Amino acid sequence: MTRFSALSLLRNAVTGHKGWTEQWPDSQPKDEYDVVIVGAGGHGLGAAYYLAKEHGITNVAVIDKGWLGGGNTGRNTTIIRSNYLYDESARLYDHALDLWEGLSQELNYNVMFSRRGVMMLAHNVHDVQSFQRHIHANRLNGVDNRWLTAKEAKAFCPPLNIAPDARYPVMGAALQMRAGTARHDAVAWGYARGAAARGVDIIQNCPVIAIRRGPDGAVQGVDTAKGFIKAKKVAVSAAGHTSVLMDSAGVRMPLESFPLQALVSEPVKPVMPCVVMSNTVHAYISQSDKGELVIGSGTDQYTSYSQRGGLPLIEHTVAAICEVFPIFNRMRMLRKWGGIVDVTPDRSAILGKTPVPGLYVNCGWGTGGFKATPGAAHVLAHTVARDEPHPINAPFTLERFTTGRLIDEAAAAAVAH
Amino acid sequence: MLLIHCPYCDETLPEAEFAYAGEAHVARPLDPSSTSDEEWRDFLFIRSNVKGDHFERWRHAHGCGRFFNAVRDTVSDRFLTTYKAGAPRPDLTALKDAAE
Amino acid sequence: MTDFRVPGRGRVDHDRPVKFRFDGETIHGLSGDTVASALLAQGRHLMGRSFKYHRPRGPVAAGSEEPNALIGTSRGRGRFEPNTRATVQEIFPGLKATSQNKYPSLKFDIGAVNDRAYMLFSAGFYYKTFMWPRSFWDRVYEPFIRAAAGLGVSPDKVDPDHYASRNLHTDVLVVGAGPAGLAAARTAAEAGLRVTLVDENAEVGGTLLSEPQAMIGGQAAWDWVAAELAALEALGVRVMTRTTAIGYYHQNMVGLCQKLTDHLETPNPDMPRERLWRVRASQVVLAQGALEKPLVFDGNDRPGVMLAGSAQTFLNRYGVRVGDRAVVVTSHDSAWYAAFDLADAGTRIAAIVDTRVEPRPDLMAEAAARRIKVLAGHTVSGTAGRLRVKSVRVNRVSGGTVGFGRQIDCDCLLMSGGWTPSLHLFSHTKGSLKWNETQNTFLPDHVTEACQIAGAGRGLWGIGAALNDGAAMGAAAARALGREAEVGTTDVGNDRPGTGTSHTELPTDRSAARARAFVDFQNDVTAKDLRLAVREGMRSIEHVKRYTTNGMATDQGKMSNINGLNIAADALGKPAPQVGLTTFRPPYTPTTFGAFAGYHRGTHFEATRKTPIDGWAEENGAVFEPVSQWRRAWYFPRKGESMDDAVLRECRTTRESVGMFDASTLGKIEVVGPDAVEFMNRMYTNPWTKLQPGRARYGLLLGDDGFIRDDGVIGRLSDDRFHVTTTTGGAARVLNMMEDYLQTEWPDLKVWLTSTTEQWATIALNGPNARKLLEPFVEGLDISPEAFPHMAVGECTVAGIPARLFRVSFTGELGFEVNIPARHGRALWETLFAAGQAFDICTYGTETMHVLRAEKGYIIVGQDTDGTVTPQDAGIGWAIGKAKPDFVGKRALQRPDLVAEGRKQLVGLLTADGATRLEEGAQIVLDPKQPVPMKMVGHVTSSYRSVAAGRPIALALLEGGHARMGETVHIPMPHGVVAATVTGTVFHDPEGARLKL
Repeated sequence: MTRFSALSLLRNAVTGHKGWTEQWPDSQPKDEYDVVIVGAGGHGLGAAYYLAKEHGITNVAVIDKGWLGGGNTGRNTTIIRSNYLYDESARLYDHALDLWEGLSQELNYNVMFSRRGVMMLAHNVHDVQSFQRHIHANRLNGVDNRWLTAKEAKAFCPPLNIAPDARYPVMGAALQMRAGTARHDAVAWGYARGAAARGVDIIQNCPVIAIRRGPDGAVQGVDTAKGFIKAKKVAVSAAGHTSVLMDSAGVRMPLESFPLQALVSEPVKPVMPCVVMSNTVHAYISQSDKGELVIGSGTDQYTSYSQRGGLPLIEHTVAAICEVFPIFNRMRMLRKWGGIVDVTPDRSAILGKTPVPGLYVNCGWGTGGFKATPGAAHVLAHTVARDEPHPINAPFTLERFTTGRLIDEAAAAAVAH
Repeated sequence: MLLIHCPYCDETLPEAEFAYAGEAHVARPLDPSSTSDEEWRDFLFIRSNVKGDHFERWRHAHGCGRFFNAVRDTVSDRFLTTYKAGAPRPDLTALKDAAE
Repeated sequence: MTDFRVPGRGRVDHDRPVKFRFDGETIHGLSGDTVASALLAQGRHLMGRSFKYHRPRGPVAAGSEEPNALIGTSRGRGRFEPNTRATVQEIFPGLKATSQNKYPSLKFDIGAVNDRAYMLFSAGFYYKTFMWPRSFWDRVYEPFIRAAAGLGVSPDKVDPDHYASRNLHTDVLVVGAGPAGLAAARTAAEAGLRVTLVDENAEVGGTLLSEPQAMIGGQAAWDWVAAELAALEALGVRVMTRTTAIGYYHQNMVGLCQKLTDHLETPNPDMPRERLWRVRASQVVLAQGALEKPLVFDGNDRPGVMLAGSAQTFLNRYGVRVGDRAVVVTSHDSAWYAAFDLADAGTRIAAIVDTRVEPRPDLMAEAAARRIKVLAGHTVSGTAGRLRVKSVRVNRVSGGTVGFGRQIDCDCLLMSGGWTPSLHLFSHTKGSLKWNETQNTFLPDHVTEACQIAGAGRGLWGIGAALNDGAAMGAAAARALGREAEVGTTDVGNDRPGTGTSHTELPTDRSAARARAFVDFQNDVTAKDLRLAVREGMRSIEHVKRYTTNGMATDQGKMSNINGLNIAADALGKPAPQVGLTTFRPPYTPTTFGAFAGYHRGTHFEATRKTPIDGWAEENGAVFEPVSQWRRAWYFPRKGESMDDAVLRECRTTRESVGMFDASTLGKIEVVGPDAVEFMNRMYTNPWTKLQPGRARYGLLLGDDGFIRDDGVIGRLSDDRFHVTTTTGGAARVLNMMEDYLQTEWPDLKVWLTSTTEQWATIALNGPNARKLLEPFVEGLDISPEAFPHMAVGECTVAGIPARLFRVSFTGELGFEVNIPARHGRALWETLFAAGQAFDICTYGTETMHVLRAEKGYIIVGQDTDGTVTPQDAGIGWAIGKAKPDFVGKRALQRPDLVAEGRKQLVGLLTADGATRLEEGAQIVLDPKQPVPMKMVGHVTSSYRSVAAGRPIALALLEGGHARMGETVHIPMPHGVVAATVTGTVFHDPEGARLKL
């Protein structure tokens, strides 16, 4: 693996960039692995990376039905924050944020983690109460988050409309300064490169058809389009497709998959200094380093794997953006796309063991999985390696839906991830 | 925006008139007190989430207000049929043959 | 400056000059010009700068696919937009256009220093550097990158224009009004169908506008277009120009964006700028034609290098020669015709360079007749010229060997790499594409929607082929809708069908590593960037695209996708289809946000629900707060009063005399039927069987997960009729939930549910003088304490208005809620307010309501509960009918975690100093000295200054709270820890004596 640096870039520039080698090989499956991870998104590739790096488990395959990073990793609006209400969530996302801050150096791959601040707008008294609760809880959890008045919010993000006669006036905002965005593809590529360098096989375009269990009930491996692959342990990290895969192992999941749409504008010079989220009007916006306004929408109402999504939702989302930022009315939409998000009843992830020995699952991230990538990958690797959850993901069990010990961020806050 | 046939109004209308209401044929146990925690969890939370033909409920919220069932292919979002609440699951093979 | 306008030529009006400004300079164009054609007519190609290298650029295309000539356009205050394609923007007097992405000027741009260091900025270079030192990314590198990126500048003013939207149902929607589209529309319309024909251009005709030489059925092309248009209009076809089909959605819904004013000098101010159409078509005919591909060679991006077909369009449609001395380089027959047309118009064609060894003999002959030098079997290996191409370097290729280069002087270089079907909309439908080996392009394969693809879209070249296929597809659409349709064949003379070959990069004798052979012009992606991406392990076209940004510019790959795919496939040594399909996503061309937002702006963003009394509140100085979709009076300040002052006064007056509150927003549901009581027993936690008609009860609604969903007072009006109230925000949700259970779980119950929220205005009177005020107005009901006790309900008239009267209190005082038909709400409110003057009545808003209820420990669902709170947690376990066999949520309350010790329970908190008001949302700890992260045991849900308690009061959810009465807990705040004592939740009149007055 060529080490990336300004120097190596310079040296290659002089020689016509002939010296660069492939960042990861396109592996063909071996007969057997210690661990098979299904899903080559940021979470799955990251878990493979940490399995190899921190647990010395390198006989690992990451298998994907398509190209690596082609799912939600490459389709999201890249918002990263950790100012969650409940201790369980705050720990998990703050763990991820800690890892984000050093990820470029860790991977020797610039993932462009940009701490530009995430501002969440309060439009009514209920929002204010809810955000204040978050801010107080975050403070005692050591999580960065603070309250801004409407004027302070405007000073921090000048395009914002804080007119008091707006349909949903801005009554203030919660700001996490440490939060921001990252370059989504680079996360998948960086982890892929790091994992491959440590011996992990990345097998693309190889749909997993079923998870096979032995007579003792434990996992035996996976049936794939390229044949059966034996594995001591299987971790499913397949987002919207988790239900179908888990069902093949006889585990029924509390998940539903919904279409989620996002869009970008034509690129313009820097105008949005931070990320702004408004759950009340359903608008999420930031500006990419390329200059495009990156805008997130809500989910369509029905479950779907079609990745199409409807026009009405886009109309509403753009209207919401123009309501909060009226100066963007004459900007133009460049493209919109759809992803499939897997949603749990309490809008929190499921990350841990399953009733099947040797089978692990990481799913249910809904609209907010990208921000958790390094943290989720890290604790998933721990869980798989030790066959027991890391303390950080211990609460994110499947059992909570039986006992009722939900981690209900949505109900608690009416805040989207 | 999908077009949906309301089996009560017998009209095909835009999705904007309808509200999705989750998987169909998830019946509330008749005697909840005799169910186990696992059975109650299944009723509350476990969903088939199929990639393919999905039995689901819709409500003609801005029309007759009735809940009804539908079969929709979640890969293409195409409706195979809609039918009244309480009616049994339709035979998909027959439906598909008829559609051919 | 030379004039490149050809007198009398084109569809511009030579008798109507139009002036506009470009970078401050006055430009003289003609009516019908675009900014690009007007500038080209003056010999100006330089119109923009590229994204990364800031290279000088001119238009490469003539239509909406243009990646280079992007300009800012403005027409007065607030009417500015960046990144407008100069090839699309029609000129009008008063238009101000500006070039972009340059400093200080278009001709001299400091940013072009990037171009000198291009070897550093290879594909994905930013992934490999800018990592050290770690802190520099946010503070140094990223701000630098961000400032360099982006093209134009964002608008900075509120848009004064408005936008519209419409729905349209049509039998057949035809997208594209070229020969195929016109013929399809005609055939379908003649079959008796309602047809809509749309085209993104200012006029119909498509490619015919650029090919006036064609003779269609004996008629000259433009005469034919005019005749067809007239025929279509006579048939009632809705023809919409300047209308782009932006997206193809489920079940044949197509989104259109119609531009209405951007070409007008003085638009009618009442006219929307753009209109979004949601078209539901029974059949769609996609006749979007094809897009020409550039050739990929060193220096293929200099101003003056453009697509041959576009040069032909500029000549024939706008009457503009794009240069005096042209070289044509092509791998397709079509470019030859461009050369001939230009030659005939007076441009010297220095050479036609064809990469093919044996061009078509008839073309050779025509070239010879015009004395044009033909260099067959040649390649282009470079160009020269800084702000305009001035020469081109060509080499003979024989047997795979590239010969010496020789220079040919020129002022424009016209290229053609063949044509690609425009299948963007088809791609939106998830219809599959299939690689066609002979045409080296993707063609439509499996169709998922009710649509036909006609003409060039399915690989048919030439006007005759397109036109006749259009008619056939129009007929196919008609037949699919059960109509008979006649399809004749139309003869087309002077047609110019052709074929070509396809290339990756053109062969060169120079170092490929040094070549600046652009594939994506705007994003400055070169062929070697694509090859580098492949070398680095990017194997799918998606990876290559994302790594290099090829195809991600504002043309969304219209220029670059197929060339990019061919080069990546070549680098991988695989056939193109194995490298993957590029997915086109909506919109087809960049579409104004305002068009999507439509009418939903400002106060129309979402409906604001107002009560019948809202107008009075507004006139009387109320301050409002939004509560779900409603706006509610928050408090009624008197002159000089702060919010705190007003609320304290309102609280005091209500407790001491009487206060009046507009409770109309409360949700109201009428539950009626022989099984109404059974239904209520099953829905709500409470028992209802023994509740007598004329009495009311607090009702608690759970979800089947056991958590509190809603609450409200419910009156039984008769054996079979309940008047249910819900929270303001919960009304629709509760009704939906009731309908769900009623229709699908208990269809045997005979019950009917009706939302009556907006039928009733509800006026709440609270305070010791409430009865004294109300009683004189009531007829038909004895409201004395004995006859009408707390939680009584009855029907009567109030001030002559039929009313449902509840004796109920959300304040702890003697209280009445008068429900009268909504239209009488304001009249009764004013009557009571006038009569109330004798009691110094006050009106109060939601804030005082919140304080008064908190003093009594009454919860607000959603504030004191949060979706994880059970009735026991909230201290209202008494509302559960334990003897009932079942109710919604009963089973779930037995789940392990819901009966566990240490759940958070609702308690009261009094700060130890008796003066500090806690902050709502503040977190509670037991040990304030512990380090962060602290163990939090609960939070403050409600907190107010209380007149009644004489001190601040608070409600809180606290772990094991019910067992902690009297204990001290701590609330660590940024500026110190506040100690508080755990108490019960009732701070006022704990015996409830005042309710019984």
